[in-house]
Amino acid sequence: MSAERRPGETGYEVVIGLEVHAQLRTRTKMFCGCSTAFGAAPNSQTCPVCQGMPGTLPVINRRAVEFGIKTALAINCTVNADNRFARKHYYYPDMPKNYQISQYEEPLAEHGYLDIEAAGETRRIGIQRLHLEEDVGKLVHEGTLETALSSQVDFNRAGVPLMEIVSKPDLRSPEEAAAYLKALRAIVVYLDVCDGNMEEGSLRCDANISLRRPGATDYGTKVEIKNMNSFKNVQHALEYEITRQARALDTGERIVQETRLWDPDRAHTVSMRSKEFAHDYRYFPEPDLPPLNVMPAWIDEVRATLPELPAARRQRFVASYGLSPYDAGVATSSRALADYFEAAAQGSANPKTVANWVLNEILRIVPADDEKAIAACPIKPANLKELILLIENGTTSGRMAKEIFEKMLTSGESPGAIVAREGLAQIADVDQLILVVDTVLSTHAKVVEDYKAGKKAALGFLVGQVMRSTSGRASPAVVNKLLIEKLPKV
Amino acid sequence: MLTGLTIHELAARFRSGAATPSQAAREYLDRVAALDPKVKAYLMVTAEAALAQAAEADARFAAKAPRGLLDGIPVALKDVFCTRGVETTCGSKILKGFRPPYDATVVSRLRAAGAVLLGKLNMDEFAMGSSTENSAFFTTRNPWDLARVPGGSSGGSAAAVAADLAAGTLGTDTGGSIRQPAAFCGTVGMKPTYGRVSRYGLIAFASSLDQVGPFGKDVADAALLLQTVAGHDPMDSTSADIPVPDYALALRQDVKGLRVGIPDEYFIDGLDPEVEAAVRTAIETLRGLGAKTESVSLPHTEYGLAAYYVIAPAEASSNLARYDGVKYGLRERGARDLIDMYSRTRGAGFGAEVKRRVMLGTYALSAGYYDAYYGQAQKVRTLVLRDFQQAFERVDVIVAPTTPGVAFKMGEREDPLQMYLNDVFTIPVNLAGLPGLSMPAGFTQTGLPIGLQIIGQAFAEATILRVAKAYEVATPWRERKPPLEAHS
Repeated sequence: MSAERRPGETGYEVVIGLEVHAQLRTRTKMFCGCSTAFGAAPNSQTCPVCQGMPGTLPVINRRAVEFGIKTALAINCTVNADNRFARKHYYYPDMPKNYQISQYEEPLAEHGYLDIEAAGETRRIGIQRLHLEEDVGKLVHEGTLETALSSQVDFNRAGVPLMEIVSKPDLRSPEEAAAYLKALRAIVVYLDVCDGNMEEGSLRCDANISLRRPGATDYGTKVEIKNMNSFKNVQHALEYEITRQARALDTGERIVQETRLWDPDRAHTVSMRSKEFAHDYRYFPEPDLPPLNVMPAWIDEVRATLPELPAARRQRFVASYGLSPYDAGVATSSRALADYFEAAAQGSANPKTVANWVLNEILRIVPADDEKAIAACPIKPANLKELILLIENGTTSGRMAKEIFEKMLTSGESPGAIVAREGLAQIADVDQLILVVDTVLSTHAKVVEDYKAGKKAALGFLVGQVMRSTSGRASPAVVNKLLIEKLPKV
Repeated sequence: MLTGLTIHELAARFRSGAATPSQAAREYLDRVAALDPKVKAYLMVTAEAALAQAAEADARFAAKAPRGLLDGIPVALKDVFCTRGVETTCGSKILKGFRPPYDATVVSRLRAAGAVLLGKLNMDEFAMGSSTENSAFFTTRNPWDLARVPGGSSGGSAAAVAADLAAGTLGTDTGGSIRQPAAFCGTVGMKPTYGRVSRYGLIAFASSLDQVGPFGKDVADAALLLQTVAGHDPMDSTSADIPVPDYALALRQDVKGLRVGIPDEYFIDGLDPEVEAAVRTAIETLRGLGAKTESVSLPHTEYGLAAYYVIAPAEASSNLARYDGVKYGLRERGARDLIDMYSRTRGAGFGAEVKRRVMLGTYALSAGYYDAYYGQAQKVRTLVLRDFQQAFERVDVIVAPTTPGVAFKMGEREDPLQMYLNDVFTIPVNLAGLPGLSMPAGFTQTGLPIGLQIIGQAFAEATILRVAKAYEVATPWRERKPPLEAHS
């Protein structure tokens, strides 16, 4: 991408709003009973309803609504008592009915916010709306789209529940956009309503971005950017777009309201379609579904099931475990990591030590926001906890612990088992060590003399000899103590 | 002849052993083979399957374990209902060859009751029309005069019952598509309350207006068919979870003291004098039976037609978007690209009236026009409903003509607006979601049936059936049969 000027230095204020689509982890689809499982044979998870056959009708998946309410509450939205589904029309072969059942004028929830941390400060980002809709299918081309002789359509994904969360245009930099997206992702994963996998498309993000002169009250012409399937891509695409728009504005060009696709390989955005010739979606209330009434009792019921959310958990980690706000932030960046930490720190006298191990050693192996990798980590929290205990009770030294850690990583065994098998326990037994110390002192009479003559560094050599004789297992503290006691008496 | 009997009469013969379902099925199939080339009610006759179903019913009767009154009764379906494995075209070329992998809920319920399905009946394409002249395949003839239309869109369903080509049939009514052909063909046809019968598997025209209903040779038959198909269906979120009363019970009650409303707005200029006379006589008959009549006002009636022709096409333009050549039915070959495939397929697959309504509806839903058309039409709809609600504070049913005139000649109504006016008395009932029934109330001098419409409160089908039955018993109309054999 490499802009000559950093995005922050364009002389324009950046205005960004994000539209996030999250696939809901319901067992069945939004409007029929088909499975939502990923990766099945094409069209094997379809029925007349999600194939859009004539005469079929949608039936609302209440679990999906519940997931929507849950998320809405977590991002401080007002859940609308009366909400409706609407049809959004456009023609494309991946959409069986050539309309998508979505929500338009009466979405599930509105007027929320999400607090994010960016550049060392907390910013409150407004949430405009949260609504539910159905996903479309997938086109499968033989070869590339341009060269394919035919295209096939797979409707397995068609009808999978989607939740769209639209932010207000409150984000002011690509960093903030990424922070917002990360925070939102953490929430939906914490709530267990979405698996948050951006690469597989369970979580998708489109951005609206415009530039304006600082102090201006009107927004500039916005451009929509699609196809950013990772946090990095979101940030890079926005940085690229800021540079592109700034250059255009500098030279007096007019920004065209359009949709642009991010091409991660070429690291630029390309125009997809101009909004000036945009689709007219011809929304109207879905006549096949009566208005969905969300009773206060239902909202309360869902509220009661809300787990502790990232922000609250972060504060608790600072208060209860004494972690720094930064460490607490990292430790809570995913529910899986926070759960991991808490499992390992449970009952520990030094939770900060546990945090150090988790944040330095475990995060060396697994990404902080990769739930699957954390779940599959060969070192289970109980084993990490045991290892830290072995250091604390002197069974093993910090240095040996690193070695044990590596072995745990490859074998998945408990540290106790490794220590027992490989004889990695520290020797702190005085009676046992005195014998070794005596032998070393008697075989190195010259060094002993040097020490007695005032060459204190000689002690180090003697310690080293004891360690060597015990294959490094002797407790350095005990050995030092014994040597200092014995040397004057030799 | 078994084909001349009502469902109840036929069921009695099955029970007494005087006839078997197989005999009935064969007689109906023979009659269809002989007469349907003239009437053209059927798009498809499923003779083999019908005989197999009849044989199964025979076995149930032989084992003294029939399923109910409908067991073994030969019925037929408007081609708007999806039938598993049996071609379902909705009267359109675009669905030629479409074999649904599922049965509509009403079809499942008929099958479960043991009914024998004779075949699929002609209709205006996608149920858009009042004459079956918009069928992509052919026009059904009115059994009372083969030069005239049977009405529409359920013209095949009405003609089949009138000509004894089925013991009973199902149709759908979006703006009058059951009641108007029932009036034209001299049968009983009922549009139930919106939500009374499941729409699952009924190919949608206008989702907020479509409703399934029966055609019968008499009121009791229509009631029995309704009883069989009515009731909540979890597959249709707009179907009402309200218990279905025993309609047979309602048929035994008289109408003494029942309050009958006569809407001033339904007796207008342009109403055929013979129709008016027949309906006024019918009102006198009801009065003679002990009903109290009074006039009521439905002041927004005149706006109903306009509102309907915004709402129904708007919903149709959306419902018909799925016919694109990608998944089922027709796909025109030789397309340059995707858009070309859509255009060619839809251009060749849809008839003129369907195209007209898709265009009307697309326009009405367009950005910048939505409020002026769709939004405004919805407001009118509310006013029409309020008219009825206010009237029903004073009366139990409303009685009016079904149509302004009787069956017209084929090709006579070329102007779409003239055609639309046919439904001026039936459309408000759909807009309000209320139940309505049409039944014979006499004949013109030239021997064409005249329809009497009885409109009830939401989910008060039983009251309508009670009035209809009382009137039927007091009048000789149902004894007359169309002079079909005379033509042969």
